[in-house]
Amino acid sequence: MGNGTSIGRVRGLGSSHQGAHHWLLTRLTAVGNLILIPYLIVSLALLPDFEWATVHSWLAKPVPATALILTFINTFYHARLGIQVMLEDYVHEEAGKIAAWLLVNIVPFAAGAFGVVSVIRIALGAA
Amino acid sequence: MAQAHSNRPISPHLQIWRWGPAMLVSILHRVTGNGLAFAGLALLLWWVGAIAGGEQSYQTFISFVWTGAGSPLAALTAILAKLVLVGLTWAFFQHMASGLRHLVLDIGVGYELHTNARWSVLTLVFSVLATALFWAFVLMPR
Ligand code: HEM
Ligand code: HEM
Repeated sequence: MGNGTSIGRVRGLGSSHQGAHHWLLTRLTAVGNLILIPYLIVSLALLPDFEWATVHSWLAKPVPATALILTFINTFYHARLGIQVMLEDYVHEEAGKIAAWLLVNIVPFAAGAFGVVSVIRIALGAA
Repeated sequence: MAQAHSNRPISPHLQIWRWGPAMLVSILHRVTGNGLAFAGLALLLWWVGAIAGGEQSYQTFISFVWTGAGSPLAALTAILAKLVLVGLTWAFFQHMASGLRHLVLDIGVGYELHTNARWSVLTLVFSVLATALFWAFVLMPR
């Protein structure tokens, strides 16, 4: 690491070799969002009403269920990548960096899993 | 800041610069992206979880987020939630438009000053119009 100037420390550390991949995944998931989110909001807007039975039976159909599960994977991943970039810009202390690292690596996956399980439950007819 | 101890020259900070459309759209991309991620995805999860939980839990969701029926607290949150929902639709349309702008810039075009400013302004116009049209359509009696 070295203990010289900031730039010297950066040089000593070198690249993480992950930036390009992170960047590319952001673009890839952005294209996914471009299809999934408009599909979701247009479908919702076109529902005849928002009673539980209407929404539930719509979501139980294969295509909406698949689309929403893909949203829980794709969009949560896109958001997780984006939040990481935001935190990298604003969090500078070591303790904060560890907290941020835990946050972006755990919460989105736990939240996405909850979403996927909910859709499976709806699609397979429980409740 | 990590380099707070250095006395190397630093660049002038934010408030020094004259605002332009590209700067506004850049910061809005960040604000809307993070707003969608924190508020939007939380709401989406609550919604899908409530549907999966059955009719009762869906009713609770609807009263807190839309009708306000049942309790004074729900009456309050329903008002706030409507603002949040309109805000989230605007945030989505803005983020989508400025995200598309990013994808275009990524292929290396759109950097000429006038072109860049024009497309920045267009994303702002688009997001407001799309939000208005979307809600007009949803609230239209059917
Ligand atoms: C129409 C779909 C979308 C497109 C085309 C899109 C595009 C993009 C692109 C290209 C970036 C990277 C910008 C950069 O390199 O500086 C980005 C960042 C981001 N996106 Fe999206 N996005 C979309 C939807 C969403 C949604 C639905 C969410 C959240 C639920 C989201 C959350 C974020 C976040 C948090 C960032 C990081 C912004 C920052 O702090 O720099 N995006 N988006
Ligand atoms: C109040 C004014 C400003 C604010 C709030 C602001 C905010 C931001 C934010 C949030 C980002 C990351 C989002 C993104 O990558 O799209 C960013 C990136 C950047 N900003 Fe600014 N900025 C401001 C003014 C400026 C000025 C005046 C300059 C240059 C003279 C500048 C140069 C840059 C550069 C080079 C990047 C990196 C772009 C990239 O990732 O390709 N910013 N700014």
